[in-house]
Amino acid sequence: MKTTKIIKMAALSLSAISFISVQATAQLKVVATTPDLASVAREIGGDRVNVVALAKPTEDPHFVDAKPSFIVTLNRADALIEGGAELELGWLPPLLENSRNSKVAAGAPGRIVASEGMRLLEIPTSFDRSKGDIHSLGNPHFMIDPAAAKVVARNIASHFAQLDPKNAANYNANLARFDSRIDAKLADWQKQLAPYRGAKIVTYHRDFIYFAQRFGLSIVDELEPKPGISPSPAHLAQVIGEMKRNSVKVILVQPFQNRKTAETVARQTGATVIDAPQQPGAANNTSSYFDNMDNLVRGIAAALGGAR
Amino acid sequence: MYIKQTFSALALLVCVGLPARSDAQVPASKSKQDSIARADSIARADSIALVKQLEKELGPPNADTSAGAAATQGPVATGSYMNIGFVALTDAGWSTAHDIGAIERGDHDPKVNGFTIPNAEISLDGNVDPYFKGFSNIVLKIDSAGESGIELEEAYGLTTSLPWNLQLKFGQFFAEFGRQNPQHPHSWAFIDAPLVLTRMFGPDGLRSQGVRLSWLLPTPFYTEALVAVMNATGGTTSSFRSPESSDIHGGVIDDRPVSNGFADLLIVPRINTSFDLTETQTVVLGVSGAFGPNNSGPAAKTQIYGADLYWKWKAANAQAGFPFLSLQTEAMWRRYDAAQRLEQDELLVTLPSEVLKDRGAYAQVLWGIKPRIVAGLRGEFEHGDPGSFATDLRADQTRWSPNLTWYPTEFSRIGVQYNYDNRKTIGSDHSLWLQLQFLIGAHAAHKF
Repeated sequence: MKTTKIIKMAALSLSAISFISVQATAQLKVVATTPDLASVAREIGGDRVNVVALAKPTEDPHFVDAKPSFIVTLNRADALIEGGAELELGWLPPLLENSRNSKVAAGAPGRIVASEGMRLLEIPTSFDRSKGDIHSLGNPHFMIDPAAAKVVARNIASHFAQLDPKNAANYNANLARFDSRIDAKLADWQKQLAPYRGAKIVTYHRDFIYFAQRFGLSIVDELEPKPGISPSPAHLAQVIGEMKRNSVKVILVQPFQNRKTAETVARQTGATVIDAPQQPGAANNTSSYFDNMDNLVRGIAAALGGAR
Repeated sequence: MYIKQTFSALALLVCVGLPARSDAQVPASKSKQDSIARADSIARADSIALVKQLEKELGPPNADTSAGAAATQGPVATGSYMNIGFVALTDAGWSTAHDIGAIERGDHDPKVNGFTIPNAEISLDGNVDPYFKGFSNIVLKIDSAGESGIELEEAYGLTTSLPWNLQLKFGQFFAEFGRQNPQHPHSWAFIDAPLVLTRMFGPDGLRSQGVRLSWLLPTPFYTEALVAVMNATGGTTSSFRSPESSDIHGGVIDDRPVSNGFADLLIVPRINTSFDLTETQTVVLGVSGAFGPNNSGPAAKTQIYGADLYWKWKAANAQAGFPFLSLQTEAMWRRYDAAQRLEQDELLVTLPSEVLKDRGAYAQVLWGIKPRIVAGLRGEFEHGDPGSFATDLRADQTRWSPNLTWYPTEFSRIGVQYNYDNRKTIGSDHSLWLQLQFLIGAHAAHKF
């Protein structure tokens, strides 16, 4: 009798454990190539998704090591969100090849190309690497344009709804909430940067063009002579001249870009070098897309204000 | 005075830099941002006019913040059915060795004083259909006599959708033994192949025709088990039924057709695992084996075992992948069961049945000092236990190789390497090699 009870209790416990584990695994396992995409996925998926990012917030998204642990992560994913526009071309293909996961194969509902359907800037009309490392599909640094983030959110919500139709209404509701929040925040960000409309800045790489267009800033030049090409003394001398002629007082750099080079130019021109990380988590207290954009806008506005 | 000189120097640099800058533009585009890049050459003439022009072209900030404003009308077709890439290695240098080919044994190593093009490869790859990927590598090379050669280095299909985390490769391919054997020369960190690889696998590495099954194990960390079944016959299966293997066993080769069924095939198992030690450090460990017949006799066998380790640290805020520090090391052991055979050069002499044991290892440290500059040091040795005959291919040798490589971009590379070779029977040699590498077309992403 006692034995039967024990067996029944054990069976009940096992059922409970199985139920809990089913509940736990009911979450969509989502892999995003970069933290900004991961953050938007969390906004859309809420507690119905478990999202991990492959690239570190401080890491150059062009040059991520294709670590074997990423193969395992991708192998067990229900969805993969990539920026597209060849941002991850140097490291994602071998990971996918070895991940053997048809759920994230090209064309599958689980493969989400964030830039799909987006109007990208700087699409080259010819391919010529003497012009630097130009992306044939256009400039991939679109996420710091909040309107672009809306396109990304729309793409993510659409795929999440296909993968998990039961929760489609939730994803769509989260999308609507995300859009509203972007609209509200964008008004605030534009207000903060409105006094500096037309202000001239210099960046390290051509990674702020969407931001500049959205907020009316003018990028005079980059420290890189061509996309992906290390700054040369001759080019830096040219940039220094341009900055002096145009009274440029702000240079934006990301955590993985050479701050020393920017500081050398800043010393020659009286400009200020501003840390302008594009990825959530790179700066303190910026774990979400919104936090990071807040930090970015606040930092740039403060620098442009101080430069006046 | 100093400031004046500095400005003069800068002005000169500007002049020197101007032609390069004029090439820097994105091809003629109608985008507003393009106008910024386009305009800086005009800025030299009249920066004020430029600023006004820029403002005019840029217009007011983008006011439309709807998702539709950033979206285009529909999907755009991109890409092509096949990626085509071409990589060429041009080597130049000089060595004190009179028999350079004996210390630079790899087919893609610099083999002559002066210039060589030891490897120019055309790589083709693409998705075949929803089930397979295809890959081919066709190598052209100029040998030490100046003659051009061509070889089908690899041509294989790879499944994309097998169940249970399996993957099948079929065709001709490099055996996944250790770390460097499956890599193509343009992705080697050093200009030449490690000694132990050429001792065990010959000048071209271990590659053949066959199939390879791989299983990604359901462990919480990366673990992959692979086994290849390949032909053991041919010039690229050096320790097995290669026509050149008299250099290993000293006897006349047992030239017979493949007749022993499965026993005449080459089996190459491997298990490979990896851990992220920290956010910035990763280690990959592997053990491999290669088992198959050799041609010293009708039933003679060869066993090769290998262990490899790769560790890498890369800064969390690395720029273009720099700085980094890595260690790669491989050790190999070979047990070559040589049958009783006639000596190749003295046909009246019979060599006894014996086990020829060889071993060797290399370790290389790479330090990515600053963006695009890598300093490396490789140390290696190889040893063969005494046999009933003497052959250069089993002689003891050590080598030290410091090198320095500059990568102007991911598509070009300039390296210089010094080799100190010490052969037990011959003595020391010094070599200095320079390599220039370029890649055009599609650039396959780097595996870890």
